[in-house]
Amino acid sequence: MSSAAMRVAQSHQTEPAAADGPPAAGTARDGAVARQAPDYSSYRVVAAKHPWRWVGTAVVALGVLAVAWSLATNPRWEWGVVAQWFTAQSVVKGLVETLKLTAISGILGFVLGFILALMRLSASPLLVSVSWTFSWIFRSTPLLVQMLLWYNLGYLYEKISLGLPFTDVRFFEVQTTTLISQFAAAVLGLTLNQAAYSAEIIRGGILSVDQGQLEAAAALGIPAWRRSTRIVLPQAMRAILPTAFNEIIGLVKGTSIVYVLAYSELFYTVQVIYNRTQQVLPLLLVATLWYVVITSVLSVFQYYIERHYSKGAVRNLPLTPLQKARKFFATHTAVPTRRNI
Amino acid sequence: MTATLTAPAATRGLVEITGVRKSFGATEVLKGVSLTVEPGGVAVIVGPSGSGKSTLLRTINHLEKVDGGHITIDGQLVGYEVRGDRLHELHEKEILKQRTEIGMVFQNFNLFPHLTALENVAEAPVVAHQPGKARRTREEARRRGLELLGRVGLKDRADAYPRQLSGGQQQRVAIARALALDPKILLFDEPTSALDPELVNEVLDVIRELAKSGTTLIIVTHEMGFARDVADTVVFMDQGQIVEQGSPQQIFSNPQESRTRSFFSKVLEPAFNI
Repeated sequence: MSSAAMRVAQSHQTEPAAADGPPAAGTARDGAVARQAPDYSSYRVVAAKHPWRWVGTAVVALGVLAVAWSLATNPRWEWGVVAQWFTAQSVVKGLVETLKLTAISGILGFVLGFILALMRLSASPLLVSVSWTFSWIFRSTPLLVQMLLWYNLGYLYEKISLGLPFTDVRFFEVQTTTLISQFAAAVLGLTLNQAAYSAEIIRGGILSVDQGQLEAAAALGIPAWRRSTRIVLPQAMRAILPTAFNEIIGLVKGTSIVYVLAYSELFYTVQVIYNRTQQVLPLLLVATLWYVVITSVLSVFQYYIERHYSKGAVRNLPLTPLQKARKFFATHTAVPTRRNI
Repeated sequence: MTATLTAPAATRGLVEITGVRKSFGATEVLKGVSLTVEPGGVAVIVGPSGSGKSTLLRTINHLEKVDGGHITIDGQLVGYEVRGDRLHELHEKEILKQRTEIGMVFQNFNLFPHLTALENVAEAPVVAHQPGKARRTREEARRRGLELLGRVGLKDRADAYPRQLSGGQQQRVAIARALALDPKILLFDEPTSALDPELVNEVLDVIRELAKSGTTLIIVTHEMGFARDVADTVVFMDQGQIVEQGSPQQIFSNPQESRTRSFFSKVLEPAFNI
């Protein structure tokens, strides 16, 4: 209203402007006598046009189509071979091993990472420096080297024993090579590496929680353990989760490095098969598709877990995709013509 | 019923602060402060920023360790135990136990944002060890929590998360949370400083009610009108020391020290000073 009035006043000063406004501009020209707020209620609204957006969309759509077309029609992708091996018993067995490695080293890695994070945040200078050194070493050496080192531990230390230090008392003693199997070396390598990274992620999460929260809990006499689990960690989770899932997704694919130990997880299995059948690309595609499937499932978990921990952090939780879809269908089937009104 | 259970609330909650010193690095923020607050009394501490008011408050529940002097509550040392002629520092567990008798309300509320109003209030009674009392069950704590939220006028917002509440409502939840353990003493650290002016009164009204309940209150605030209303004792602090203390009339209308006078001439509205 007031802006329309202002426009009227302006057109007064700058001489009769070409009347691109509603009839009110006309009244202004006639003089200040019959000045009236213009009435736009009978006008039709025309949405702003974005021609370049349409051009961009068309170009990208063409590109996507071209890629899809070549994927579907180029016979060298050998989709038949992909389909044949995708659910083959040996591949599925490899997949299970991959999932096993991911789950075990993921869980152990984050548990150890949590301990390392607490050590790093403790008041003891020794604990702090041990934790720091651990992260420093394992983050600065290639995973591949760590893996080979663990597997060849038997070369460095023939026997591993548990006893009293600096005495001959031994409770148990074992050949290193029997203790460190391919599986053990793989889990050890992945876990320790994962722990070094997750320690930093968890530490960052804990630090992100306001100090006042701890003070309030301490002032209420809430015991230390409960303070960590009920007050600090749930809040730290919001900072931890996105990066943690990044790490886990990295770990899923990181397990493929275990092929250097000839451990038959997904990637090694596929390699063995294509070395035999010479169908290199289709079999790599089999492994790739499985990694995509695992990552996709993890992303769904991530969405719901993050949503759970955002309780209280946002005023109202956003709808889940499922709820959105339900709402969409509910409103659009009930009143089908609504959009045309 | 034993005598301690039937005794009126006003016989407990005696706070005696004796020669308390505290430094942060090279700056001494408390330079030998002594103060006694009678059971059921209401002491309001005022003074310029950086005068050590908040630090003094935080030493009372041992959130801040003192460098010298001592604090007792009903004759019991806070944070230490006398063995022979030595003061032994208490373990955290014992300190937490002492804190359950001292409620605290913070300037920034410090509500737990991931818990609802009721969960905020009902958390401590279930998990904290209180001297001479059994921990409450979840159900008991919930019932008591609802009762307390009712007392601060927020029964219908029990399931709201702190971010869904206004500042004044959040601070009232924080007061209910501090009351949940039936403390002898309540500490308020500038409870209205983070609030919009129109929300200040709803919080002050709740504190006024508490002042009549027989719980000892120690309040740090900049609300001089409220201080005059509610206090038995007004304490003026400056540069880590108590400059002057006395009844509100004495301190506001007839301050003896020049530092007190110059402070009040800056903070009091002319109309208020009549």
